Amino acid sequence: MKKTSLLFMTVLFLSSFLITTNISAQERQGPPPNGEHKGPPGGGHNPEQTESLKQMKGYKIGDTAAYFKLKNIDGTMFSLSDIKNAKGYIVVFTCNECPFAKMYEDRLIALHTEYAPKGYAVVAINPNVSASNEKESFAAMQQRAKEKQFPFVYLADTKKEVFPMFGALRTPHVFLLDNAMKVQYIGTIDDNARSAKDVKVKYVEEAIASLENGKKPNPNFTKAIGCPVKAD
Amino acid sequence: MRIGFLFSVLLIPFYFGMINSNITTTVVTSFDKNKTIPVYDFEELEPLLYTNDDKVYIVNFWAMWCAPCVKELPVIQEYKKNNPNVEVLLVSLDFAEDIETKLIPFLDNKGITSKVVLLDDPDANNWIDKIDPTWSGSIPFTIVFDKNNRSFHERAFNTIQDLENVLIQTTKNN
Repeated sequence: MKKTSLLFMTVLFLSSFLITTNISAQERQGPPPNGEHKGPPGGGHNPEQTESLKQMKGYKIGDTAAYFKLKNIDGTMFSLSDIKNAKGYIVVFTCNECPFAKMYEDRLIALHTEYAPKGYAVVAINPNVSASNEKESFAAMQQRAKEKQFPFVYLADTKKEVFPMFGALRTPHVFLLDNAMKVQYIGTIDDNARSAKDVKVKYVEEAIASLENGKKPNPNFTKAIGCPVKAD
Repeated sequence: MRIGFLFSVLLIPFYFGMINSNITTTVVTSFDKNKTIPVYDFEELEPLLYTNDDKVYIVNFWAMWCAPCVKELPVIQEYKKNNPNVEVLLVSLDFAEDIETKLIPFLDNKGITSKVVLLDDPDANNWIDKIDPTWSGSIPFTIVFDKNNRSFHERAFNTIQDLENVLIQTTKNN
């Protein structure tokens, strides 16, 4: 009798644990923890990540950039040779949707406004332009440029040929060329993407000042977090 | 004798029940409603990139705004599920003010249960090189390491097998 009740109690005791386990197992099923996510969220992005820095070809400091022709948002074909009396070019790979690119839009406008009259125009190129992504389409570029009243050209790298030539990996990514098309500075615009007022070092402006003084920019290469350039 | 046998048989499901229960508890509580995501600068993050223990670590730099990163998260999540001994740390480069309103709901929605910290350090040109001089700053970026070995990956892992191979390669000299 005693043994039976002991067994009974044991069974009851152990069953309670099994019930608990089952309940938590059920809860865990709620949001599928490992669901296959078909396609990325956030509106039709269809990116393919480029390979690493080491595998990525592109211009190094001192290389001479080749001329290229890309379609500007006004519908005309644009080449750097269209800028007369240039002392240099602030070539920047940027796009519509990247939060980091957006944080720099106003600073790019300010750069162009100040430096274009001095011979250094901003030339913005969207390497992520995509007909299948409504946020990075040519029409969306036109729309964004209109909203922000970009004073500079905003070119579509539709065939994805120009950004690999430069070796642009992220947006925004600046390549400062001198008047002989030599790459003099590669990197970020300044040292604080989040907050323009907390910027301590304005890398691009310092690089231009160096060129103006006949010196090599120092630093001539900086890094930053940015959105991946999409090679799709 | 018979009772003793029955008792041990009954203990078997109990034992497994406990194991499952423990795993389940970890999974459920690691991202409950009270979850807070610590915000670190690089100095605070850096110790988490090294270890003295015997585990293998995967540290993945990502952000909600980075589409390839978002696509990769389920691969890392699934790998962690199959390899509970591997420690996963997701370093979000999202904005600190978005933690409550966007990041936590995003992680909940995706069922991401790994440890997440947010790196908020504007001087990226400084800390990117301290992590890996060959890293351009593009994400996703993943470090696989144990106490003796380390490898860096400036790309997305598209399959679990891909990640598995990298872990094997990285730790094969142990």
